[in-house]
Amino acid sequence: MNGLALYGRYVAASLRAQAQYPAATLMLTAGHCAATAVEILGVFALFDRFGPVGGWSFGEAAVFYALVNIAFSIADLLTRGFEVFGTDFVRTGAFDRVLLRPRAAALQIAGHEVRLSRLGRLAQALAVLIVASRLAPIDWDPATVAIAVWTVAGGVALFVAILVLQATLAVWTVESLEIVNVLTYGGVQAAQYPFNIYAAWFRRLLTFGVPLACVAYYPVLAILKRSDPLGAPDWLLPIAPLAGFAFLALSFLAWRAGMTRYASTGS
Amino acid sequence: MQEICPYLAAFRARFQLMLQYRAAALAGFATQCWWGAIRIMVFAAFYGVHASAAPISLADAVTYVWLGQALLALLPWVADPEIGQAVRTGGVGYDRLRPLDAYGYWFARTLGWMLARALPRAALMALVAGIVLPLVGLGAWAWRPPSGLAAALLFIPAFALMTALAAAILMLANVIVAASLNERGVNAVLTPLVIVFSGSLLPLDFFPDAMRPFLHVQPFAGLVDIPFRIYFADLHGSAALQGLALQAGWTLVLVGLGRLAMERMMRRLEMQGG
Repeated sequence: MNGLALYGRYVAASLRAQAQYPAATLMLTAGHCAATAVEILGVFALFDRFGPVGGWSFGEAAVFYALVNIAFSIADLLTRGFEVFGTDFVRTGAFDRVLLRPRAAALQIAGHEVRLSRLGRLAQALAVLIVASRLAPIDWDPATVAIAVWTVAGGVALFVAILVLQATLAVWTVESLEIVNVLTYGGVQAAQYPFNIYAAWFRRLLTFGVPLACVAYYPVLAILKRSDPLGAPDWLLPIAPLAGFAFLALSFLAWRAGMTRYASTGS
Repeated sequence: MQEICPYLAAFRARFQLMLQYRAAALAGFATQCWWGAIRIMVFAAFYGVHASAAPISLADAVTYVWLGQALLALLPWVADPEIGQAVRTGGVGYDRLRPLDAYGYWFARTLGWMLARALPRAALMALVAGIVLPLVGLGAWAWRPPSGLAAALLFIPAFALMTALAAAILMLANVIVAASLNERGVNAVLTPLVIVFSGSLLPLDFFPDAMRPFLHVQPFAGLVDIPFRIYFADLHGSAALQGLALQAGWTLVLVGLGRLAMERMMRRLEMQGG
């Protein structure tokens, strides 16, 4: 069985398990939807009171909000194994068993669980995107749709990369470092407003340190057909999500380095 | 005095246990600094375009953000995880055997759990946002001391009532968890309610003006909005006293409701485990 088919089996098993409790799964999804959707209320209230900020109307800002939330929800759906890697695999020694199987460890960890409840965030983000498309307005021609899909793909790659790095660190820390939440949940929090409203040090950190701006700011400008108020050249905007994939490649290099240093906690 | 000893002991035991989780406290603190910085930059951007539309000054909004981040763990986000566990494993049976008021006992434990998570983070936050930021020249971004002696004195009962109100809300959640054997449903409802209606997402006056009459009387306002506005004297004089009265009134109502619900729940509680 090749890797992809094996991963498909993992996913199917996880989905079947959740389908055993349909009511619980639905309620968790609805709860996750409500808990994440309140953020847009805050964005709306501020625009309603103060008017446009940084050259952006509420409708345009909501496009930033929607796309970063869509990307994060998909990454969050797929990376549960990496998120709990330190706590559930390294600390318990369960990772030793994973290493004994003749398949890539990363593949098995990725297939650990696919949490359907994370679709709650995706649902509210899609709803916001629909409303924002009318408010902004966005003309969804094929080129724009392609850039949007490419942007989300880059965003998913970046957030998956951050979770893989968190798991890699767990090889040394023997627990899942919660501080990484600053980049995942905190990254979504930051990217739901256009980056040009932030202080320069913060923008640089989230462009050159972790390339969040490359997947959640520059390509969205291309979707809105605006040029960068901060002066990035127009040709750069649609290709910026490449940085997300580059970051993902780097994170898997780090993961492989971490694997060679893994020492079992024993029991 | 003798009567409250066991409750104090329950509080102290839980408080000291929760203080051991230092790594979690540090991670929480770092996350809250980051969140605070983002919130403040967003506020600064909006104030930059139209400051006159804001109900409070930017300096007060910054203080509001830091206070909120410092005391985040004090809010009733999720039911006490130990209650759900005790009910599922049957450990709640021991609680039933104690010659104590069951509500008071759980209340004291929940209070210890909340305060032990909140206070170390609040102290670190005061150090960084209140002392270090002004020292490195970021005074405009700093957490300011209370606006005057009256505000400081009024904030003491406001803080005590905010803590009691949060514990009273959590106790209701705890009772529902004990009755339904599962905390997920309660937490899924509680968390978004607290974020929006306590003023944790935004000070309540930032929401559209038409909603004010409702937002200012609902119980969650006593968790964040009222005590923080007392702190920087946006609520002062009789308005501050009204705020305190609202906090106290809702606390009493919710404690009463919690006691009633707990009594009914305990009567038909079935022991799990074995």
